[in-house]
Amino acid sequence: MSHANSAHGDNYINHSRGLKSWLITLDHKRIGIMYLGVIMVMFLLGGIFALGVRLQLFSPDSHFLTPDKYNQFFTYHGAIMVFMVVIPLIPAAIGNFILPMQLGAKDVAFPRWNLVSYYVYLFGLTVAASTLFINKVDTGWTFYAPYSIRTGTSATLVLLGAFIMGFSSILTGLNFIVTIHKLRAPGLTWDRLPLFLWALYATSIVQVLATPVLAITLLLLILERTVGIGIFDPKLGGDPVLFQHFFWFYSHPAVYIMVLPAMGVISDIIPTFSRKPIFGYKAIAAATFGIALVAFVVWGHHMFVSGQSEFANFVFSFLTMLVAVPTGVKVFSWLATMYKGSLRMDAPMLYAFGFLFVFTIGGLTGVFLAVVSVDVHLTATYFVVAHFHYVMVGGTLLAFLAGLHYWFPKFCGKMYSETPAKVAAWMIMIGFNVTFFPQFILGVLGMPRRYANYLPQFTALNRVSTVGSWLLGAGFLVVAWTLVRGLKSGKPSGPNPWGALTLEWQTASPPPHENFLTEPVVTEGPYEYRGEKALMGMNA
Amino acid sequence: MTKLLLCLLSLNQSAHAATVPVAATDLAQSWDSIYWFLVYLSLFFFVGIVGAMIWFVVKYRSSVNKKPKYIHGHTGLEIIWTVIPTILLFICFGWGWSVYRDMVHGPANAMEVRVIGKQWLWQFVYKNGTTAVNDLFVPVNRPVKLIMSSEDVLHGFFIPNFRVKSDVVPGMYTYVWFEAKVPGIHQVFCTEYCGTSHSGMLARVVVLTDDQWKDWLGGKKIDVDSLPADPTFPGYRANRLGEGLPEANSAGAVPGQVSLADKGKALVSAKGCIACHSSDGAKLVGPSYKGIYGTDVKVADNANGGKMVTVKVDDNYIRESIENPQAKVVEGYPPSMPPYKGLVNEEEIASIIEYIKSLK
Repeated sequence: MSHANSAHGDNYINHSRGLKSWLITLDHKRIGIMYLGVIMVMFLLGGIFALGVRLQLFSPDSHFLTPDKYNQFFTYHGAIMVFMVVIPLIPAAIGNFILPMQLGAKDVAFPRWNLVSYYVYLFGLTVAASTLFINKVDTGWTFYAPYSIRTGTSATLVLLGAFIMGFSSILTGLNFIVTIHKLRAPGLTWDRLPLFLWALYATSIVQVLATPVLAITLLLLILERTVGIGIFDPKLGGDPVLFQHFFWFYSHPAVYIMVLPAMGVISDIIPTFSRKPIFGYKAIAAATFGIALVAFVVWGHHMFVSGQSEFANFVFSFLTMLVAVPTGVKVFSWLATMYKGSLRMDAPMLYAFGFLFVFTIGGLTGVFLAVVSVDVHLTATYFVVAHFHYVMVGGTLLAFLAGLHYWFPKFCGKMYSETPAKVAAWMIMIGFNVTFFPQFILGVLGMPRRYANYLPQFTALNRVSTVGSWLLGAGFLVVAWTLVRGLKSGKPSGPNPWGALTLEWQTASPPPHENFLTEPVVTEGPYEYRGEKALMGMNA
Repeated sequence: MTKLLLCLLSLNQSAHAATVPVAATDLAQSWDSIYWFLVYLSLFFFVGIVGAMIWFVVKYRSSVNKKPKYIHGHTGLEIIWTVIPTILLFICFGWGWSVYRDMVHGPANAMEVRVIGKQWLWQFVYKNGTTAVNDLFVPVNRPVKLIMSSEDVLHGFFIPNFRVKSDVVPGMYTYVWFEAKVPGIHQVFCTEYCGTSHSGMLARVVVLTDDQWKDWLGGKKIDVDSLPADPTFPGYRANRLGEGLPEANSAGAVPGQVSLADKGKALVSAKGCIACHSSDGAKLVGPSYKGIYGTDVKVADNANGGKMVTVKVDDNYIRESIENPQAKVVEGYPPSMPPYKGLVNEEEIASIIEYIKSLK
C-alpha cells in the first residue's frame, strides 16, 4: 500500500479550500465530518435539556421549571437525542467517512444523493428545531395520540421535521446498501467484510424498511391535526392504540438502528486492541442479522399495558425473548476475543470496556421488561428510563466515543492526548452510572416517568442521579476539549497508529481525496492478527 | 459462619424492603418472586461477564502478555452460549406468563368499580351510584375489578403496592383487578403522560377493614388520615402534587341516590332505545337486553367486509354498539340503529352497560 501521500501532501481536507468547497462537496469524508459537526451541536442542545430535566428533579416541589416548561424540556431532550443525534450518530457521521474506505472504494455509490440526504437532514432538523422559537412542543418524543392531536403546542412542525429527517435516513440506508454490494475492492468477499460494515448493512436495511412506516404515521397525525381526519383520536372515530402500533413498528427497529452500528464499532475495536482475530466472526455477523430481523416483530412489547389483547402480549413477550439470544452471542464473542490477547488500554478500548459493562446491564434489564408480568409493574416508570439510557447512551454513545477516538487519527492525521482522554472516559463511565443506576431503583419503587414533581420519598435517589448528570456532562466537556486540542496541536499520527488491518488504515491519514492512490487488493479477513501483524501499532 | 450467613440474609432482606414497594396482594408476592429471580439471574451473568473482562485485563494486558494467541472461535462454546441462555429465557417467559394470566383473569365474583380518568383527576363510580374523586374505597380481602376509561387523553392507572397497571384509554375499557391484604392507604400514580399536571394526577386506594367498609357503605364518613399510611411511602399522606388540582373529597365520597343500573334504565327510556330493544327477551327491531351480557353472539363484522364472526357481549362490545352500531351487527337484525357517539357521555354509557348487565 502506498504511503507516499503523507500528511504534507494532498488530502481530503486541503484538496480544495473555502467554505463553499465543503458545502457543495460530494466527498463522503467531508459529508461525514459535516454530519458530525451538526450532530455534536444537537447533542450539546439535547444535553442542555437533559441537565435542565435533572435540575428540576433535584428536589420535589421544585420551582426551577413550571410543569409545562418541564414537559417541553423532556420532549426536546428526547426528540433531539433520538431523531437528530443517536439515529444518525454512527451511520451518518462515522459510517459516511469509514464505510467506503473499509470497502477500498473512492466514495459511496451515489455521492450526490449522499449530499442530498445531508441537506434533507439539515432541513428537517431546522423545521423541527424552529419550534423552539415558535410555541414549543410538549408531546414527548413518542407523540402519543390523542394528546398530540389536542395539544396547543407546535406538534405539527416537529412531526413534519421528523417526517423530513426520515427521508435522509432512507436515502443514506439505500446508498450504503448499494455501496456495499457494488463497490467492494477486489478480494473483499462477503466473508472478509469488516463487522462494522455488516452492522451498517443490517442497519441500512432496517432504515429502508421501517422508516417509511414512521413517515406515514407522522403524516396521518399531521393530517389529523390539521384537517381533522379521524384516525387516532376516538373523538373523531379513531383508535389511539393503533397509533402506538404504527409508532413502535418503526421506533422499535429504530432502537436497533441505534445499537447495531454501535456493536459494529465494538466488533472492530476489540480485535484491534486485543491483537487477535475476532472470536466467532460468522456468529457475530449472523447475530447482527438475527437482531435486525427480530427487530421487526417485537414492537408490541412497548404496549403490554396499552389495552392490546392478551394474545398479542403472549406473542410479543415470547418473540422479545429471542432478541436476547443473538445479543448474548455478541457479548460472549467479544469477551472471548480478549481471552489470551495482548490487550492495549488506549482510550478506544477503555470505551469498549465501558460499553460492555453498561450494555450488559442494559441488556439484562431488557429481559425484565420482556417478561410480560414483570413489565406491568415496571413499564412507564424510571426503570424503563434507566434501561433505555443504558442501551442508548451506555451502548450507542460509548461505542460512538470509542469509534471517535479510534478513527480520530484517520479523520485528521493527528493524535489526541491519551491521559485526558482516559480521564474523560472514566468521568463519563462513573457519571453515567451514578446518573442512571439509581433510576432503576426509583422505577421499581414506582416513580413514573415524565413527572415534573415527585413524592418526597424519591428525593435521595433523584439527588444522586442529578449529581451524576453533572459529572457526566463534565466528562463530555473534557472529551471535547481533548479532541479539539488534538485537532489543533496533536502529534502526527502516521497512517495507521493502532496497527489495524481494515482497509481504511492502509492509506494516509488524513486520507487523500480519492481515498487510495492505488486500488487496494484484499487477500484475507479483516482481523487476521498473527505474527508481525499482531505486534504492530503504537504501544507494541 | 452461620452468623455471617444470617447477617447476609438480613442484609438481603433489607435490600429487598428498601428497593421494592410493599407487597400488599398475593399477586404482588408472586411478582416479587419472579422479579428477584430475574435480579439474581442477571447478577450471575453480570458478575460473570464483567468478572471475565476484569480478569482478562489483568492477565492479558499488553504489558503482561506480549504474545496474543491466534484463535478464530470454538463451535462448542458458541453452541453452549446460544443454547443455555435460550433455555433460561424461555423459563423466564413461561414463569412470567403464568403470573400474567393471574394478573388478567381475576375471580368472577369481584366487586366492580368504574374508573374514569380525566385531566387531571380520577373519578370512581360504584354500582350503587356513589362517586368519589381521587380516593378509591375498597374492602380488604375481597377481589375488586376496575373497569376503566378516559374522558380525554390517555392516562395510566398504577398501584405500585399491588403491582398492577393499565393504560386508561378514551373510547374503550381496560381492566385491572386486585385483592388487597393490607388495610390503609396505597398510592396510585398516573403513568401515561397526559399534559400539564400529569405528575399531580395522583389518587389513593383506601383499603377498609370489614367494619369500616360497612360504615362507609352506610354513608358514614371515614377519616382517611387516621388510617394506616401507605407502607411504601409512609411519610406521605396527601394525594396531590402540583397546584390548582382538586383535593380528595375528605367526606370520602358522594353517596349515590340512584344506582347505575337504575340510571341506565331511565336513560334507555329517555333516549328512545326501548323502542327497538326490549328488556324482557321479546324480539323487537334490535336484540333484547335481557340475558345478552356475557353471551357469545354472531355478528356481521362490517370493518371486515361483513364477515360473520362470534363476539362476546362485554363492556367494550356494548360500548361500540352504542357509539358505532354499524360496526358489528347481530345476525338476524337490520343495521338500522343510528350512532350515538357524542350523544352519551362516559358515565351514561357506563350506566346503560350496568343496566344491561343487571338484566340476567
